[in-house]
Amino acid sequence: MKKKLSTDEMVKRLLAGDRRSAARLITLVENEMDDHHRVMSLVYPHTGKAMILGITGAGGAGKSTLTDHLIGKFRNQGKKVGVVVVDPSSPFSGGAFLGDRIRLQSHSRDDGVYIRSMASRGYLGGLSRATYDVIRIMEAMGNEVVIVETLGAGQDEVDVIHIAHTCLVLVTPGMGDDIQAMKAGIMEIADIIVLNKADLDGADRSLRHLQGALTAGSFEEGEWMPRVVSTVSVANKPEDLQGIDELTETIAEHQAYLRKSEVMDQVKYDRVEQELGLIFKDELQKIIFRGLRGTGKKREYIESIIEQQNDPYSVVKEVLNNYLIPGE
Amino acid sequence: MSRGRKKRILIAKPGLDGHDRGVKVVARALRNAGMEVIYAGLHQTPLQIVNAAIDEDVDAIGLSILSGAHNTIFPKIISFLKDRGASDILVFGGGTIPKKDLKNLKSLGIGEIFTTGTDTHEIIDYLDRTLKR
Repeated sequence: MKKKLSTDEMVKRLLAGDRRSAARLITLVENEMDDHHRVMSLVYPHTGKAMILGITGAGGAGKSTLTDHLIGKFRNQGKKVGVVVVDPSSPFSGGAFLGDRIRLQSHSRDDGVYIRSMASRGYLGGLSRATYDVIRIMEAMGNEVVIVETLGAGQDEVDVIHIAHTCLVLVTPGMGDDIQAMKAGIMEIADIIVLNKADLDGADRSLRHLQGALTAGSFEEGEWMPRVVSTVSVANKPEDLQGIDELTETIAEHQAYLRKSEVMDQVKYDRVEQELGLIFKDELQKIIFRGLRGTGKKREYIESIIEQQNDPYSVVKEVLNNYLIPGE
Repeated sequence: MSRGRKKRILIAKPGLDGHDRGVKVVARALRNAGMEVIYAGLHQTPLQIVNAAIDEDVDAIGLSILSGAHNTIFPKIISFLKDRGASDILVFGGGTIPKKDLKNLKSLGIGEIFTTGTDTHEIIDYLDRTLKR
């Protein structure tokens, strides 16, 4: 029943904007199936032009609802939009409940919007391992903006900064004082801090704390100083929404800043370095485990560690010395 | 965590029916059985459901219908899937659906209908059996 298209044919259709091929290729990449690397090699030349917008913040802060509004703004500018939304996988069953689409319904009839839900599949850092590649696939599909929404993040899920050009961190009133805002980690990665649900009690106080924390930082001349934008993204009447236009303009300002400054060169360099590191790690692990399995040594090593006759660091050193760097 | 193919299931409630306790119980059970459940929520049109299923590249669509509109909605879903060349996506459902309608729905291409009182394990077993690929 199922028509089996070749990988190359699917990539060809992807480049023409075909949703089903995009969807299939994303699955292929997410599951690390055989053609994964070939797909990415074919896709790569068609990437690098889209604006990648990261959205992170705690669960329930309003990431998806705000994303829904931002999609509308980018669509009004005539841009095609791809959206990756990540939710956590269960550490027990490996299953997931991906519920972000519920808040992303304003554009369900719009062909210019492609939304994909992904489970984190045990990857730490707020994204899933495949997110990097999925963004590329969305770029190759012709989307001029790709929005990456992380799973509900705590203080340290900051990987989105390795992917996004512009990073929004959402907070809500009552989430802590300026001391919280000064901590390292997630608050540091924000190009724009969004104080969402700004109609709730305590919003003024939170705004003061956030601004206080930001102005305590020192910024060099010409450097982007993170902004705070207050938003209300749920309202009974559209005119009661707040800050969405201001946020859209601030995103545009950050983009303009990136284009002007040399920061973008560094961002690109860091990103490729990060990605190469990840791929090397994955591939080397595969090669080493495959090699060990052939010799039956893998089990032997693992058991020796369990029985405390050996430790993981010594095993890794021994394996690398014996198998990868012969003679050294 | 295990890698490789995970079953992806779109769960939705089509039409004007707000009783979502049952569908949430099913979604949770599938999650606990290791599946990735994309929960599309209430008041979905057949076209919205089919488009979401294609974009999310799901293996199956599970629909909960308690409004009596099953004889309208299921055929529409099947026909939209066919239009888009996506008939390989399994469609199953549940809810308050009279026995006399089951045969007709199945003959249209609905994989299985689980009526009220079904044990969630039955649904999981069915998906495990049917989605081996």
